Amino acid sequence: MRLLKNIKINFTKNRKIAFIISLSLIVIGIVSIAIHGGLGYGIDFSGGTLFELDFTPADETIDPIEIQELRDCLTSNGYGDSNIQSFGDPHHILIKIIASEDVQQDQIEIVRIIQENFPEFTSDKEMNELVRRSEHVGAQVGEELRGKAFVAILISLLGIIIYIWWRFEFTFGIAAVIALFHDVFITLGLISIFNIEISIPIVGALLTIVGYSLNDTIVLFVRIRENLKIYRKEKYESIINHSINEVLSRTIITSLSTLIVVVSLFIFGGKVIHDFSITLMFGVIIGTYSSIFVASPLLVEYHNWKQKRSLKDRHHRSKKR
Amino acid sequence: MKKNWFRTVCLIIVFLVTVYYLLPLVVKKDYVKCDIEVYDQNKQKIYEIAEMDYKLGSELYGIAFDEAISLIDVNDSLVVSGRLPDEILRSIDADIDYSQNQNIKVFALEKFSEASLPTWFSEKRLKLGLDLQGGMHLVLEVDTEGQSADVAESSVKGALEIIRNRVDQFGVSEPTIHRIGNNRILVQLPGLRDASRAKELIGKTALLEFKLLANNEDITQTVDAIDDYLENNYDKYAYLKTIKETTEEKSAVEETLFKTDDDLSGEGSEETDEKAEGEVADTTTAILEDKEKGNLFSSLVAIYGQTLVVKPENLDLFRKVVSLQEVKEIIPSGIEILLGKVSPDDPYGARQLYFLYDQVELTGAALKSADVRIGQGMDPKTAGKPYVSLEFDNEGARIFSKVTGENIGKRLAIVLDNIVHSAPRINDKIRNGSAMITGSFTMSEAKDLAIILRAGNLPSPVNIVEERTVGPSLGSDSIKAGFKAAIIGLVIVVLFMVFYYKTAGFIADIALVSNVLIIMALLTMLKATLTMPGIAGIILTIGMAVDANVLIFERIREELDSGKTVRTAIDNGYKRAIITIADANVTTLITAMVLYQFGTGPIKGFAVTLSFGILSSMFTAIVFTKFIFDKLIANKPRKSLSI
Repeated sequence: MRLLKNIKINFTKNRKIAFIISLSLIVIGIVSIAIHGGLGYGIDFSGGTLFELDFTPADETIDPIEIQELRDCLTSNGYGDSNIQSFGDPHHILIKIIASEDVQQDQIEIVRIIQENFPEFTSDKEMNELVRRSEHVGAQVGEELRGKAFVAILISLLGIIIYIWWRFEFTFGIAAVIALFHDVFITLGLISIFNIEISIPIVGALLTIVGYSLNDTIVLFVRIRENLKIYRKEKYESIINHSINEVLSRTIITSLSTLIVVVSLFIFGGKVIHDFSITLMFGVIIGTYSSIFVASPLLVEYHNWKQKRSLKDRHHRSKKR
Repeated sequence: MKKNWFRTVCLIIVFLVTVYYLLPLVVKKDYVKCDIEVYDQNKQKIYEIAEMDYKLGSELYGIAFDEAISLIDVNDSLVVSGRLPDEILRSIDADIDYSQNQNIKVFALEKFSEASLPTWFSEKRLKLGLDLQGGMHLVLEVDTEGQSADVAESSVKGALEIIRNRVDQFGVSEPTIHRIGNNRILVQLPGLRDASRAKELIGKTALLEFKLLANNEDITQTVDAIDDYLENNYDKYAYLKTIKETTEEKSAVEETLFKTDDDLSGEGSEETDEKAEGEVADTTTAILEDKEKGNLFSSLVAIYGQTLVVKPENLDLFRKVVSLQEVKEIIPSGIEILLGKVSPDDPYGARQLYFLYDQVELTGAALKSADVRIGQGMDPKTAGKPYVSLEFDNEGARIFSKVTGENIGKRLAIVLDNIVHSAPRINDKIRNGSAMITGSFTMSEAKDLAIILRAGNLPSPVNIVEERTVGPSLGSDSIKAGFKAAIIGLVIVVLFMVFYYKTAGFIADIALVSNVLIIMALLTMLKATLTMPGIAGIILTIGMAVDANVLIFERIREELDSGKTVRTAIDNGYKRAIITIADANVTTLITAMVLYQFGTGPIKGFAVTLSFGILSSMFTAIVFTKFIFDKLIANKPRKSLSI
């Protein structure tokens, strides 16, 4: 079976449209980030405490707990800032509080308040049954981790530029890295639009996207490098277009198979890695798009610009004479 | 031809290694032989099943201990399922409250393995991360502000020793304790059941104090005061009823053989006053036996040899009573009630009980060193036996000399974090600032004590800066979800490949499945930990692993289109695709390496599985599939290829 045979789509001709789409996606992302007042950092990076509590009642006839009721109870006990939401199952509730002076004490206190006020959900449970998960990160540690994550992304981008520079040309490396920044920016925008908090796993997902998108871009670049040697006489733009068409079926099949497993991870992987799999899903789609519509057309743009400049130079020189 | 021979050997080795590490995961099932007794409310045995075998299932899908017990069904078909590591087996014989009015006791007798794999076969297991098996992850920071670099360094090292020591006493299986960065300590406690207790134990500042033991009069007075108070306020505390009921049966006070106590003496002097000790024993016994009524509190206490102890079944009640604010107020001022340390031989046995004067005679700050020595000379009590030698600084030596001089014949307790580690008798005034703690130590006990003393010498506060706890139920939910996602994703990709590439797709599928198996074997071999993001990494690898084969197959198709023979098409396709695959994968490896450097815990796991995935997928997709293709063509020359 062949998905695409002998197709000749002119990808580079309409590259302006692609650039406009990309730019508007980035702008939308920036606007969303601005509206939300910056990126939403999870407790990994901002510090704070998070619990996932199991409110499954012993008696099945009791209705699931009302989130509003829980919120009121915590507010009346001085924890008005806490963020409460159900986590998949209506009995599983996630409570987040931002870092305070003594988070240690807050944690004990909140569990005590809940045990006192909602005995029908909590009384028959041992501590580790009630608290399914608890995470606490000190504010200072959060800040440090944020810095580290930033450095990590920079280092990996630098490593990639150097590698591509060595294997291809400097321009290829720059084009690939611009495409990567493009992917990361758009994904960050989508993260902000979907209100996903940035946690350590999300940074992991972002770096994975970088790796994946690059994978795609390099396969394309290898083909371009090859074809540039074979078809020396052809126009630069058409060689690139030709190359994209040649690897297109590979790109689609690989993206599809990766997308299949990421979607399966999203649907069946459980709530804990929900955000992680959504981010990967965005990333795979955007990464595939950017290698075709951003990275390779950028090579064309650069080539044209360089040619124009050398023409001008020649023009100048001839004038002087 | 020579190259082919090498490849075959390579494949066989990989296959054997994979089988070696994965087979135990699949085949081995654990059995445990238990006695199970069921008690009613009044602790009467109503049901007993002795020496039965219970299957515990595969360790790969390990269910935490709690779940194993909760599946106990109290009728003829009794089932215990789940995974019980050795460490936990030892602790099973604690009471487990069951359905409010019944008590079940499980005594684990022995653990057996069902599979008859030879002993040299891999004993390694795939280790599950905290997020999958439940447990606690703590990052502690030693507060070294204002300390010079040298002092700060030893503060951190000391804190590390203290924490290691405390965790050991806590009895968690396979804890991880190591230093990260300058002044932080990472503690991981897998499968932990009581997170708040662990946190309290680990996060507390180590405080070493020397306090004098109370004399018998004061002890009697204290016990009487508490007894009276409880008797008069009986209605206020519902749990006192349990004491009343148990005291009805009146546990017999156990008398055992005379046991030598620890001695604290100036070096060189080893005199003991055995007569005085005998008297102490008599009077303390009298404290308990003379009382006929109103003995709610003293009935929690028993006499063991010549020391007061609290039996394990009374420990919870005892703690409740002692921590009552009202009780603290009515006991004679200056008296403090503390428990002794957990015995290493019998971690769930009785705890010694001490009545002390709360005045601190000396703190660990005055201690210069503590070392383990072996006794010399002819005295049978010390010769050839390990003891702990202490040395105080000048100021400490002066105070110590004064304290010991004034209290000869009394006992001085060594208290660390409000737990009495030993309470040797003072035999002599000790002037030179050095002392020794003798007694029936084993070498490792003496070493531990020395560590505690040395570590207690550094009272830098320790703060918890990061804490993550995952309950066992969430952990097993995550595993189930992860495996489900992986298997569904795998099946769809496998079907897709067969659909799109026919026979070649099937070959790629074999490579894909063996790729997943090899990753698991690699993880087991390198003792890596499988975390939830790690599972995500494996799932992602499944998607990306086909990429190499897709690249190869597309090349082969191109070659076939341009009219090459099957053999040349395959050879050229592989040759040309390998360059692309290598280039594309190196960049992913770069990001994986950065992730590993930067990441903590789960992210490290993700980076590791991702890197293994890339390496092994390159191996299976290139070497393995080429091998199959070559065999296919070698057997009968083909005109066409199903691709």
